[in-house]
Amino acid sequence: MIDAALSEFSKWLAATPLSHAIQTTGWIIPTVQTIHILSVAVVFSSATLVNLRIWRLLQRDAPLPEIARRFLPAIWPVLLVLLITGSLLIIGEPRRSLVNSTFYLKMALLAFAIVLTAGLQRWISSSPNSWDGDRRRQMTGRVAATLSILVWCGIVFAGRWIAYTQAG
Amino acid sequence: MQLHDLVSWFEDSGLADNIRENDLLFPLIESVHVASICLVVGSILVVDLRLLGLASIERSVSRVTSGILPLTWSAFAVAVASGGLMFISNATKYLANGFFVAKLFLLLAAGLNMVIFHAISARDLPRWDDESRLPRAARLAGGLSILLWISVVACGRWVGFTMKIG
Repeated sequence: MIDAALSEFSKWLAATPLSHAIQTTGWIIPTVQTIHILSVAVVFSSATLVNLRIWRLLQRDAPLPEIARRFLPAIWPVLLVLLITGSLLIIGEPRRSLVNSTFYLKMALLAFAIVLTAGLQRWISSSPNSWDGDRRRQMTGRVAATLSILVWCGIVFAGRWIAYTQAG
Repeated sequence: MQLHDLVSWFEDSGLADNIRENDLLFPLIESVHVASICLVVGSILVVDLRLLGLASIERSVSRVTSGILPLTWSAFAVAVASGGLMFISNATKYLANGFFVAKLFLLLAAGLNMVIFHAISARDLPRWDDESRLPRAARLAGGLSILLWISVVACGRWVGFTMKIG
């Protein structure tokens, strides 16, 4: 039933003037995809730089809260750009995503990444002074950092895979 | 041996054949390529914004580069390896694609921009390492780098839309 409803909705969306404009103007989709990927680059790199600092692989010369303050806030406004460009891509080719389980996997991973990143940001800023000494905190941090890298990679992989699993 | 022979030799290899024929291998390599390019572009942006005086200005330029560039270079190595594997799977078609060739030249330009910056403009780096507003050559290098990498990503995306494989 949900499948039928999504299929119906996709059909309706594809018939809207905005969708029609995107479909018939060849450069829009690649341009929006380029902006989408550049935004993913900012979000993924910001998270990765903090995660690598948690693992003490990069930027050991600065305390973790400082690194987190430097990189994590950028993620939130750029996520808004991702939401807008992602929506345009869906409007332009509704069936490509809305009738595609890979797209929902990506959204589930994204929801998890958002919760994880927000949690990490709050957790790090809540006790700025006791990061590099406390072993238990370090272990928890490393588990969260590893999870974060895996989930962001999963999002990128799922994003690419949408192109290969779309219904005909 | 000419370039053409070299390209055909790679394209005819068993490895290239596997990438072409296996339904999973190409998307997998492509995903690795996208993920690594994201890290290259996102991390180099941190350095470029520092050169432009728009971010990380409370840290010296050398501290920013030493903290960020190891990630940039590692990701770049993965991007070149994964890109190379996709290339050999259809080398002749890629070389005939204008966006692919443009992407290579833009990469070359980004590399030259970096080499020129390090070799010439940054020779007196200790003098302005801590400054927030850097000499014009440094700001120019940062701005150029951002534009070049955006163009690299755009060309990469356009290759996907203009290559008809299969």
